[in-house]
Amino acid sequence: MLLNIENLHASVGGTEIIKGLNLQINPGEVHAIMGPNGSGKSTLAQALAGKPGYEITAGAVSYKGENLLELEADERARAGIFLGFQYPVEIPGVSNVYLLKAALNARRKESGQDEIDSVEFMRLVREKAKLMQLDQAFLSRGVNEGFSGGEKKRNEIFQMAVLEPDLAILDETDSGLDIDALKVVANGVNAQRDGQRSFLLITHYQRLLDYIQPDFVHVLAGGRIVKSGNRDLALELEANGYDAVLAAAAG
Amino acid sequence: MASKQQDVKELVERKYKHGFVTDIESETLPPGIDESVIHHISRMKGEPQFMLDWRLKAFRLWQDMQEPEWAKLEIEPIDYQAISYYSAPKRDKNAPKSLDEVDPKLLETYDKLGIPLHERARLAGVAVDAVFDSVSVTTTFKEKLAAAGVIFCSFSEAVQNHPELVERYLGTVVPQRDNFFAALNSAVFTDGSFVYVPKGVRCPMELSTYFRINAANTGQFERTLIIADEGSHVSYLEGCTAPQRDENQLHAAVVELIAERDAEIKYSTVQNWYPGDEDGRGGIYNFVTKRGDCRGDHSKISWTQVEAGSAITWKYPSCILRGAESVGEFYSVAVTNNRQQADTGTKMIHIGRDTRSTIISKGISAGRAQNAYRGLVRMLPTADNARNYTQCDSLLMGNQCGAHTFPYMEIKNPSAVVEHEATTSKIADDQLFYCRQRGLSEEDAVNMIVNGFCRDVFRELPMEFAVEAQNLMNVSLEGAVG
Ligand SMILES: Nc1ncnc2c1ncn2[C@@H]1O[C@H](COP(=O)(O)OP(=O)(O)OP(=O)(O)O)[C@@H](O)[C@H]1O
Ligand SMILES: [Mg+2]
Repeated sequence: MLLNIENLHASVGGTEIIKGLNLQINPGEVHAIMGPNGSGKSTLAQALAGKPGYEITAGAVSYKGENLLELEADERARAGIFLGFQYPVEIPGVSNVYLLKAALNARRKESGQDEIDSVEFMRLVREKAKLMQLDQAFLSRGVNEGFSGGEKKRNEIFQMAVLEPDLAILDETDSGLDIDALKVVANGVNAQRDGQRSFLLITHYQRLLDYIQPDFVHVLAGGRIVKSGNRDLALELEANGYDAVLAAAAG
Repeated sequence: MASKQQDVKELVERKYKHGFVTDIESETLPPGIDESVIHHISRMKGEPQFMLDWRLKAFRLWQDMQEPEWAKLEIEPIDYQAISYYSAPKRDKNAPKSLDEVDPKLLETYDKLGIPLHERARLAGVAVDAVFDSVSVTTTFKEKLAAAGVIFCSFSEAVQNHPELVERYLGTVVPQRDNFFAALNSAVFTDGSFVYVPKGVRCPMELSTYFRINAANTGQFERTLIIADEGSHVSYLEGCTAPQRDENQLHAAVVELIAERDAEIKYSTVQNWYPGDEDGRGGIYNFVTKRGDCRGDHSKISWTQVEAGSAITWKYPSCILRGAESVGEFYSVAVTNNRQQADTGTKMIHIGRDTRSTIISKGISAGRAQNAYRGLVRMLPTADNARNYTQCDSLLMGNQCGAHTFPYMEIKNPSAVVEHEATTSKIADDQLFYCRQRGLSEEDAVNMIVNGFCRDVFRELPMEFAVEAQNLMNVSLEGAVG
């Protein structure tokens, strides 16, 4: 098992948001999490990524058989966890490639590899940018600086494609994308599916799941996973809404 | 009355001259300053009469001046009679003989800064003759400059070999009476750099003090004069990123730049004098007067500075935009950590029509440091259609430091346009988390964000300097977060 979350309780600013959550992800699986606004999806994603201020009050999370909760945010990243942010921040003056190269080298260093050769790096970056249909000029711009909403999301997947994580948590990467961009993003993700890499997709729209076929769909409500199923659950949610599904789950 | 004063003065001087004979052996004057000290300095340097007169005039002006108090700095009183104003430009007897004798901590810092190996010995203060195995580099360099007709030498050499140029230009941008520290410098300066670029010549290389063999030991009162004659172009690099060894606590340098018609001067500084320890003990007091005069039409002067060192920095590189359509620029990064204090900025004085100036200032404060930007934009009645753009950003790290902005604007011409933007920010937790989520350690993440903040200034630096400047930021802010 790649990730095992057991009875997770997490608080932010003294308020408990995640209230006893269980989830298991095996290598190569794609899990989708859906749920109403404010149900705790982003909180779960950030807590897994180790954001400071997200307090784990109970439960356990193991990743590759180790206690994930003992690791700092950057250690988790170097261990292969990637978070595609719902709201990627701007970092003025720091070029996109500069951050990416530092990130890639940090990971390589962790696994005892040498720093990537500049020529090889640029080749890799150009290839992935092309896949994400990102213009070359984009690479040297400041991280997310002045990017449109859709560009920011494509940039997240582009970074993921370069960093090749073992577990990618993508928080509403499909929100705010036009239909063509959605396909580009989905292609980017699908290109990364290799039977080993796992994904946790947070989304509001079953449409994304037309393009990226999930193995499991979970409904998160009130800080807990209240229902799990396959692809059909997303369609059911789309057709009937959360209330009906939640009522059925409760009843 | 006047003659009586004269008598007294002579008496004092005579007495001092007497004492001075024995002092010549020690090559260092005893602490204190009076006219006989000025005479001594001038004589030791074999200066022509005009230089002595010029120094004496400065000294007399200085005696009636007060230290400026308007800066946002807390300074222990300086005892000017406790400083020795002349020390022969000879090797320091305590100087390390080789790199093996240098503090390993210092060497470690050089390593972090990426200072080339051959430069380290010089920076660490290793005796000069031991360092200059790179003399051949210097020779080719000098030949190339001579072929282009560029004069680049120490100030003392210029006084000997080009007295007419020195006499014509010295003090025409920063007059002796300009301010307390400039007056003191004018009276007692020992050495510095001199550059003259003849008409129509584009200086074939960056001029850096590193290449001037006798750059070492220019002392605490440095004087630099750069003249770009009509249609010429020169880029000058001062200082270096490495923490420099210096026992003098007070530094009062003067730099004068003159750009004639269609000429351009680019002056870049990286200042990293000893800042004192974490509690503010020790450290250099750096009081600098730097000013450029865009004398001719279409001339341009550009200042770029990275101020990282010194306990106290008091410095306002300025431009007088006299020529029509002349351009002044000021790009500055000032970083203060621990107990450092910086009060720095610029003055843009628009006199000519269609003159333009740009000010980009980035202040970073950490620890318990104080960082002030002070800038004056003055548009005189003659400055038709003059333009200024000022952007002034402050970055705070932690909550015990301070950032202050003092913009002054004096607009006497209705067609002039002045724009000012100022921001103060903290490194956002979200930015830090974003970088760390990509795998960067907290320290690397902070460095990356800070360097991004400084980018608009760093990209004005010559290439090889820009990389060092980035590393310098990282070293200066070590331990500022966490
Ligand atoms: N710093 C905080 N302090 C207090 N409450 C917080 C904090 N951050 C988030 N919350 C609350 O936690 C709850 C869950 O937020 P979260 O962002 O995880 O929701 P979400 O499921 O991702 O919603 P959406 O679909 O709108 O993105 C919300 O009620 C939110 O207001
Ligand atoms: Mg969310």
